[in-house]
Amino acid sequence: MEMMDKYIYSDIELDIYEGKVIESLKKQNQQAISDPDEWLDEDISRNVLLATVDSVLNWARCTALWPVICFPACCAFEFMGAASPRFDISRFGMEILRASPRQADLMITAGTLTWKMAPQVQRLYKQMAEPKWVIAMGACGINGGVFKGSYAVVPGWNKIVPVDIYLPGCPPRPEGLLYAIEMLRKKIKKSSLKRQ
Amino acid sequence: MVSLSGSDIAAILGKNSVAGIIQVNRDNLVIDSQSLRGIASFLKDTPEFDFDYLSHITVIDYPVSFELVYQLISFRHCQSFILKIRCRDKETPSIPSVVDIWQGADLQEREIFDLAGVVFEGHPNMKRILLWEGFEGYPLRKDFKNDD
Ligand code: SF4
Repeated sequence: MEMMDKYIYSDIELDIYEGKVIESLKKQNQQAISDPDEWLDEDISRNVLLATVDSVLNWARCTALWPVICFPACCAFEFMGAASPRFDISRFGMEILRASPRQADLMITAGTLTWKMAPQVQRLYKQMAEPKWVIAMGACGINGGVFKGSYAVVPGWNKIVPVDIYLPGCPPRPEGLLYAIEMLRKKIKKSSLKRQ
Repeated sequence: MVSLSGSDIAAILGKNSVAGIIQVNRDNLVIDSQSLRGIASFLKDTPEFDFDYLSHITVIDYPVSFELVYQLISFRHCQSFILKIRCRDKETPSIPSVVDIWQGADLQEREIFDLAGVVFEGHPNMKRILLWEGFEGYPLRKDFKNDD
């Protein structure tokens, strides 16, 4: 656009100036501006992956299982062992233990559950966002273990929350826990949106 | 920590005409539940004993009675002593509370009430402590049956 070369003193001069601007713009813009994404065409075959929604979703879910902090008894020490550098569950994207159940999607029942504690645990489970999974870790988690028959102990966490994986042992070693996590990952990979 | 002998203490109690001793043993005294509070205050307040700390209370469920065991400690004299009470009423056992003598008895008496069902008369807050309200029975009694 050309600069104003003199002062404008009247309306007609302003109109003439406006006309000149329009004429010059029209002259310069006769060709379509090229598409900025044109380069994509050549590279598209290298840069776009196709996958099913299920596999992407399951991949995302099973590679970032965040456990909720709810470990009422001795099995928790094996969990701590699994979480520490020697066994290192951060390899599975699990090292972030969530103090808030709303940010967690895995409950590992590392311990003995008493009836007095059960309402709180059930509430924690209900507060977790879907989708969510539970690993029953240890004999206590499965059926009350050595405390089965006690007046105070819940005979198995599956009385309180739905359990996906049962991991026996008293306590199971960290390798056992890693195996259970691996089984859970397999289970998650098999899940599908259609079935939910 | 020296544990005092039952006969020594019984002799001193007798000299001060404190009644209620049922049986004198080598390291403990079995006393009558009605005289528990009298003997407890005597042992606590007499400077010679000065049992200022109630270490623990335990209950034992025998076929014919509940036995309560009080372990007393004197920090000043570095001495300990054991008092026992037998409660023969197995259906509705009841014992005078010692909370106003040793405050540390508060939670222990509640725990005994909760798990063995012995009522402590005069306790300021006699209710369950570990189990929930509405729990049926007293689980540490020998005749307790669990549903599982
Ligand atoms: S299974 Fe064994 S180690 Fe685990 S919480 Fe129960 S008693 Fe403790």
